[in-house]
Amino acid sequence: MIYLDHNATTPLDSRVFEAMLPYLRETWGNPSSPYRFGQEARAAVERARARMAECLGCRPTEVVFTGGGTEADNLALRGVVRALRDRGRHVVTSAIEHPAVLRTCAALEADGCRVTCAPVRADGVVDLAAVERALGPDTVLLSVMHANNETGVLQPVAELAELAHARGIPFHVDAVQTAGKLPLRPATLGADLLALSAHKFYGPKGVGALFVRSGTPLHPLLTGGEHERGLRAGTENVAGIVGLAEALALAQAEAEAEAVRVGALRDRLERAILAAVPGARVHGAGAPRVPNTTNLALPGVDGESVIVGLDLHGICVSTGSACSTGDPAPSHVLTAMGVSPREAQSSVRFSLGRDTRPEDIDTVVRALAEVVARLRAVSSL
Amino acid sequence: MAARSQEMPEGQGGPETAPGDPPGPILYYNELVLDHFTRPRNAGELPPAETDGFGLVGDPSCGDQLKLWISVRDGRITRIGFKSFGCPGAIATSSMLTELARGKTVEEARRITDDDVIEALGGIPERKRHCSLLGVRGLHAALADWEARRAADGATRDR
Repeated sequence: MIYLDHNATTPLDSRVFEAMLPYLRETWGNPSSPYRFGQEARAAVERARARMAECLGCRPTEVVFTGGGTEADNLALRGVVRALRDRGRHVVTSAIEHPAVLRTCAALEADGCRVTCAPVRADGVVDLAAVERALGPDTVLLSVMHANNETGVLQPVAELAELAHARGIPFHVDAVQTAGKLPLRPATLGADLLALSAHKFYGPKGVGALFVRSGTPLHPLLTGGEHERGLRAGTENVAGIVGLAEALALAQAEAEAEAVRVGALRDRLERAILAAVPGARVHGAGAPRVPNTTNLALPGVDGESVIVGLDLHGICVSTGSACSTGDPAPSHVLTAMGVSPREAQSSVRFSLGRDTRPEDIDTVVRALAEVVARLRAVSSL
Repeated sequence: MAARSQEMPEGQGGPETAPGDPPGPILYYNELVLDHFTRPRNAGELPPAETDGFGLVGDPSCGDQLKLWISVRDGRITRIGFKSFGCPGAIATSSMLTELARGKTVEEARRITDDDVIEALGGIPERKRHCSLLGVRGLHAALADWEARRAADGATRDR
């Protein structure tokens, strides 16, 4: 199998697995229990928190462990909106956010909030001027992702932070697609809140974190015990938290070298596909992107047909356009970039990772050329 | 990763859904559907001289498109061809539809339903059921075109 869908999930790093094992097998106590057996688990959680803080350049008290990236986004959005409900009911975000943000915004809208989705330019970068126009006196939160999951296009978060902070508005960054891939310092990015998810950087599924800058108003989603300083009730996922911190530390230590390596492979893949598939086009090619991602239009063929065709060659890729996930609407990200619905339907995402080898690129391009030629031979377009 | 360079097991079509299964998370196609997807039957257009009916239909719900050509001799579909832009479900159901329609009388062909196509394929994922309508609608469009052409020919002959 050749796996080029690392933006969907990544394999668990064996070093991370080893770090987690003791907390599944031996040290399984409840971190809230007062006896030593419980407090050993507590110590592991707090060591993990300190490691996260070191990775993020923040204080340990600014790290809230969650059940993944989606929960971290939900906590940021719903938590700030609720905490600031006396100040205003307006949220500004972008048109290309992950459903974890967009659908949460829709839910907030149903609860009486006003939401503005700023448009993006043709290259997939959010329109800063539109964000600036949208921010008003009743705006309580600006939420924009660091890198888009479908195109890999990086967003100008530092500039966005300035716009928000000039008006005293908290700024949330969904960094699920950059954590472990790029240096991630909330202070440098200007983020008051920042969401990440372990399984995107070779950690376990079902665990993530929200950075919450000290003083940021936030209400919990889950109420119960006093876990996570009252911001996230529920007995800690000790092994998952240990795995998250280990995975982030490892990924960050290797990020710079890996970005160079995987970026060269991604560029090689793009060049080869553009040469092998007439009419192919890279989405967001002119914008800065995370080094592992490319999303291409392959005109005349349906994206899901390409995915299934490649799957039969043992190659895993993905489409943002979601006929493959049951939603027949074309990708909201690509259509927001001005891509026609049909071109969006013809688009496929390749996301590379640690296990990607140069020879994989050649295999994938050969298989892709064959699949596209076969589909084009029966295409009615 | 552990599984790298491992070959896909032979005939690994993934779990199947039967017609009537509740809408579920299974996204994958069975082996027969994949076979029609990778080796579509009756793919390609018929030459104009042999085309007695032509249908062009689109699926507004997902952007899929189908073109379908038929030759009719003595009230029977003798040749059929199709081209399709769409997902594996659209291609496979169009392919199976042409197999079911080929050799049938016009009247028999008219009675083919989307359920017939799905049953002949051994089921398709629930979310793809709408794809099978594309083929049936394409066939109906081609048959309507054949009738219109016949009526026009008859009118010419009568003059």
